[in-house]
Amino acid sequence: MRVFLLVFGVGVVLVMLIAGKRGDLSRRSPIEIFPDMDRQLKLRPQTPNSFFPNGLSSQLPPPGTVAQTGPMRVAGREVYPHQDDPVNTGRLPGTTNFVELNPLPVTAQLLARGRERYTIYCAPCHGATGDGNGITKKIGAMAVVASLHDKRIVELPDGDIFNTITHGKNLMGAYGPQIPIEDRWAIVAYVRALQLSRLGSVEDLPADLRAKLK
Amino acid sequence: MSAIFPKWTNRLPLMVLIGGGMTATAVVAGVWYYFTPKYTYVGYQPLQPVAFSHATHVEQLGMDCRYCHSAVEKSWFSNIPSASTCMNCHNQVLKDDPRLALVRESAATGKPIPWVQIHRMPDFVYFNHAVHVNRGISCVECHGPVHKMDEVWHAQPLSMSFCLDCHRDPAAKIRPLDKITDLDWKWSEDPNVAAQQQRTQGEKLVRDWRVESLDNCSACHR
Repeated sequence: MRVFLLVFGVGVVLVMLIAGKRGDLSRRSPIEIFPDMDRQLKLRPQTPNSFFPNGLSSQLPPPGTVAQTGPMRVAGREVYPHQDDPVNTGRLPGTTNFVELNPLPVTAQLLARGRERYTIYCAPCHGATGDGNGITKKIGAMAVVASLHDKRIVELPDGDIFNTITHGKNLMGAYGPQIPIEDRWAIVAYVRALQLSRLGSVEDLPADLRAKLK
Repeated sequence: MSAIFPKWTNRLPLMVLIGGGMTATAVVAGVWYYFTPKYTYVGYQPLQPVAFSHATHVEQLGMDCRYCHSAVEKSWFSNIPSASTCMNCHNQVLKDDPRLALVRESAATGKPIPWVQIHRMPDFVYFNHAVHVNRGISCVECHGPVHKMDEVWHAQPLSMSFCLDCHRDPAAKIRPLDKITDLDWKWSEDPNVAAQQQRTQGEKLVRDWRVESLDNCSACHR
C-alpha cells in the first residue's frame, strides 16, 4: 500500500508539474484531442495551401479580370464596378477630368457613415478635425501630413479627393483596397463637412439658430 | 490455509477498493481539468514572424481594429491585413527597422508573411464575424483584451459551451454598435450599475434589433 501511495502521489504531482494550470501561456500549439474532424481537407481563407505553386489558398484574380457583382444603386441608376463611371473613378466618363461634385446624394446618413469611416481610416494621420495633427504627427513619425483645411485641398474637385483616397498621393498609400466605393464617397462628403466647419459664417445658419447664437 | 494466503491478504479487498477509488478519482479529475479547451486552447501564444504589438497600435496610438481588419463587418472571416496596409504608415515610420524587414519584403514581392493563426475554429463550425459585430457583439467577448496584448494569446476557450452561453443569453454581452471596437467600454464605471444596465439595456437591444441568437445545431454546424 505504501508503495502504491508513493507512486500515486509522485504520479499526480508529476502530471500537474508537466501539464501546468489552465490558461498558462504557452508557445506550443494547442492539443487537439480528436483532430480528425476538426481539420478537414478544405480551403480556408489566408491559410497556406500547397495545391497552387505560390502556396496561397486565397488566390489573386488574374490580371484583367473583372469582379462580377451586383450593381450599386446610385440616385436611381445602376452602376457596375467595371463601368467607366464617375462613381467608380471620380472622373467624367471618357476624360481625365475630375467630377466637381459627389455623385452620391449627400444625406445625414451618408455624413454619419463618412464620419465613422473617416475616424477609422483617416484620423490616425489627418487628425479628427482634419488639420493634419493626427497621432502620427504627434509622435513625430511622419514629417508631412496634409491639412485638409488647406486652400489647395478645399479647392479640389470632389472627384480628385476620391481619387486620392483610392490611389494615394505622394507618401499616402492607396486606401482603395481597404475602403469600399460608397464609403470613400461618404468620407469625401464628411471631409467637405469638416472644411465647411472652418469656412462657414453666421449667415449660413438658419434664422432661428442664428438668433440663439446671439 | 494461512500458509497459502498470508495474513495481509485479509486487507487486500479494502486496498484494491481504496487504490482503485483513488486512481479513478484522479483520472476523472484529470480529464475534467485537462480535456477541455479551457486548458488546451487558452493561453496559446505562438511566436509570430513579426513582433507586431496590438498594445502599441491600439492602446498607444488609438487605432481602430477595422483599420487593419477591414473586412470584419462584411465577411465571415476577419482578414489579416495585407503588408500594403502596414506600409501605409511604415513606408515612413520605422522605415529601415530590421524588425519590419519581412513586412517590406512582403509588400515588395507579394510573398505572404507567415503569421501563425491563433484562434482557429474546427472546420465543422461556421462562425460568422460580420453577423456578430453588426449585432453588437464586441471583439473583446471572444478575443479578450487584445488591445492590451503585446503578443496575442488565446484568451477564451471558444468551446461549444462558450458559444452557447452567449447564444442563450445575448443580452448579457450585447452593446451599442458604435462601441464594438472600443474594447474597454463599459455601461458605467460602477460595476453594479454596469451589470444592471447590461441587463436592462441589453434586453432592449436584443428586442429592438430582433437578435436571433439561434441555438439549434445547424446555426453553426452546416
